[in-house]
Amino acid sequence: MNEKKINKRLFSDSPSPYNLDRRDFLKNLGGGLVITFSLGKRSVLHGKSPFLQDESDFNAYLRIGEDGRVSCLTGKIEMGQGPITSLPQMLADELDVALDKVDIFMGDTDICPWDEGTYGSLSTRVFGQTLRAAGAEARAVLIEMAAEKLSVSPDQLTVTDGVIYDVSDKTKKISYAELTKGKKITRSLDKKPPLKKASEFKVMGKSLNRVDAFEKVTGAAKYSADIQLPGMLYARILRPPALGAKRTSLDLSGAEEMDGVTIINEDDLVAVLHELPDMADIALAKIKAEYEVEETGINHKNIFEHLVKSGTDSWEVAKNGSLETGEEMSGLLFEEEYLDGYVAHAPIENHTATAVMEGDHITMWSSSQTPYPTKSDIAEALGLPEENVHLKQIFVGGGFGGKIYSPHAIEAARLAKLSGKPVQLAWTRKEEFQYDYLRPAAVVKIKSGITKAGKITSWDYNVYFAGSRGSAHFYDIPHHRTLSTSAGRDTWKVHPFYTGAWRAPANNTNTFARESQIDIMAAKAGIDPVEFRLKNLKDEKMIGVLKAAADNFGWTPGKGPSGRGYGIALGIDAGTWVAVIAEVEVNQSTGHVQVKRFSCAQDMGLVVNPQGAILQVEGCLIMGLGYALTEDIEFENGKMFTQNFDTYTFTRFSMVPEVNVVLVDSKDPNPHGGGEPAIICAGGAVGNAIFDATGARLYQMPMTPERVLEAIRKEKT
Amino acid sequence: MIETIQFELNGKPAEMSFEDDLTLMWVLRTHFGLTGTKFGCGLGFCGSCTVLIDNEPIRSCITALSEVSGKKIVTIEGLAKNGELHPVQKAFIKHDALQCGYCTPGMIMNAVGLLFKNPEPSRKEIITGMEDNLCRCGAYGRIIEAIQTAAKEMKGVVQL
Repeated sequence: MNEKKINKRLFSDSPSPYNLDRRDFLKNLGGGLVITFSLGKRSVLHGKSPFLQDESDFNAYLRIGEDGRVSCLTGKIEMGQGPITSLPQMLADELDVALDKVDIFMGDTDICPWDEGTYGSLSTRVFGQTLRAAGAEARAVLIEMAAEKLSVSPDQLTVTDGVIYDVSDKTKKISYAELTKGKKITRSLDKKPPLKKASEFKVMGKSLNRVDAFEKVTGAAKYSADIQLPGMLYARILRPPALGAKRTSLDLSGAEEMDGVTIINEDDLVAVLHELPDMADIALAKIKAEYEVEETGINHKNIFEHLVKSGTDSWEVAKNGSLETGEEMSGLLFEEEYLDGYVAHAPIENHTATAVMEGDHITMWSSSQTPYPTKSDIAEALGLPEENVHLKQIFVGGGFGGKIYSPHAIEAARLAKLSGKPVQLAWTRKEEFQYDYLRPAAVVKIKSGITKAGKITSWDYNVYFAGSRGSAHFYDIPHHRTLSTSAGRDTWKVHPFYTGAWRAPANNTNTFARESQIDIMAAKAGIDPVEFRLKNLKDEKMIGVLKAAADNFGWTPGKGPSGRGYGIALGIDAGTWVAVIAEVEVNQSTGHVQVKRFSCAQDMGLVVNPQGAILQVEGCLIMGLGYALTEDIEFENGKMFTQNFDTYTFTRFSMVPEVNVVLVDSKDPNPHGGGEPAIICAGGAVGNAIFDATGARLYQMPMTPERVLEAIRKEKT
Repeated sequence: MIETIQFELNGKPAEMSFEDDLTLMWVLRTHFGLTGTKFGCGLGFCGSCTVLIDNEPIRSCITALSEVSGKKIVTIEGLAKNGELHPVQKAFIKHDALQCGYCTPGMIMNAVGLLFKNPEPSRKEIITGMEDNLCRCGAYGRIIEAIQTAAKEMKGVVQL
């Protein structure tokens, strides 16, 4: 790897290269070639957004500067998932420029195109494809310009490293920089130009290390808390002991007596601010407040009954045939229930925002997956026009769906406005847990049937409150129905906490339930779990990844429980097909589960950066071990007992298995999801492996030592 | 009463006056502008605030400033020498041993501290020594490999 390349500061908090007023966006973008999309033609992005202002507003995706450097502009943010490396790869290839000529600017709301947010594994498969189209169009425009300049037909021209040549006379050439010098050209994409084929790629498909590594290993990478402004105050907010608790008394006198403390008390927002974070902590501790907590009686043990009782609104996700007929056809029927508790996002970077107001304009750095929606929220909260709100480019220290909503940014903005000073608000770890949009607790009920020969004939599936993603099965089952049940518009009232998207939302719960049920049936039929799945699959992609994972793992047939501790799970997420096989060791006297290795085969279509994709699969499976084995939220009456990492255990060094990844090449020209898919299989593969090791079946995640011991006891009696 | 203490910070003499005792992590970040030392959990559970104090990895979020009088502190910003990255930093880059990067400075400082005590650790010793540093992105496997590579590179001589 070329260390010089890494040394370049590609992504820093240096001042914006184009200091722009949003309204004069195109005028101020400077010389060079800009490819724009009208937001009204944003056909590649799904649906209309409530955040659009007017259709004449423009999005620019790239700019070729007069120096020949290419700016890749994206509203996506970098939170570890790697578009900072892969998006420039995509653009460089379509434009035919060297990768080190591309600078990426991310999530700066004044210079980057509007974007819905960084989630749903959309950066590569949707935005990246749009970016490629913009690159292809820019290349076509430049070739037209060169043809005129060189007086040759455009068909005669080719591009290497940003220089356009006449194929028959290589002395006839002109560079992108020469073409764009002193010009201001804007072109809009009316129709999609053809994208390059995989055989033409020079940069895509090559494994690259992260381009932001140098900044991250030296401490130079800037996150929201690393912005320090003159006279800045650090804020701490007074919080109730439980969500929804009503404040009945407030005594600020203790904090008021302290030197240098600014107290904000407006509506629901009570905060102390100080130049020293330590003093803000002390001031907060001096505030006396009493609350009334609603006694709902709901806790982490009875939540599942509560959910099933509250499920009033069922949506039919998939259906075929008649369940009655399917059950009649089957020789064996299985009726099971699976439980999954609340899980926190727990990124190591707390929700943090730094804000400064100058006149009626606010500038912010926020750990947020959604700079544009956040900008709109802030404009609304402060009563400002949207163009007076500027969110700047920043690294985000992990998101996983937990930074889609940005209440911390609104709080920081309000505090900056009310105090008249630059403000930094970093939530404490306790606030991180209490105000997280948790992965919802959920119940899955499945009734399924097989023939004596092991053919699945019926499948009746109902998931309560997880959500529908990943609930529809992909097996060849003649009679089936899948329901997703919630409380409709009142769903938020059912949960004692905020709930939201957690890496591959709903699919972790659904895949655990489905793959456990499949395994139960395979064992009962006395058929090897790989063979049982193959017998019931027609989906070619799924068969492909299952065979690839089995090969990679070194699978040998054996019916469960074989005592070997092998478990399989299959799933589909974000357009990607995944098969995971786990090998576990279970300590039958302590209930401790050690995952020895994971084998994963993934069909994600076009792979832009294989190394980056593998990093995501590894991250998925290692993170997934946490929800599978240890991550649990304990609570009662909306009061969360889990407040820090002493009681919330996610994957640690000692839990880490060997991870082997195969990226299956199905010659699909389109890229699919990478950041989420593999995590969905962690729970199912581990649960099935525990069964294979011990004969004991786990029906609830996380599969803690207590639950494993309980299952073993049950199995023995 | 205002107290003044002296210590060494990234190879240079440093001084700080305070009335009420302060948390080392906040002082490093706010007073010295060394923001590579991260705030994660505030109670010493995650390790993202790890710095070296007299070559020992210490959680700066639960260390009082008054405790570091006369001591030698090294933060992530003080690890590279004359523009040359420390072998542990180089190994993290080589192995792509990071994703979001937020835990990375703490991981690297803890690893350097571990290698000081044990320049040729086994895989198991690395896991034990790193166990209380948390990474939510799941870069653990690569971090272990990076520490192994750095140890080999340094051939038993760990320098700051």
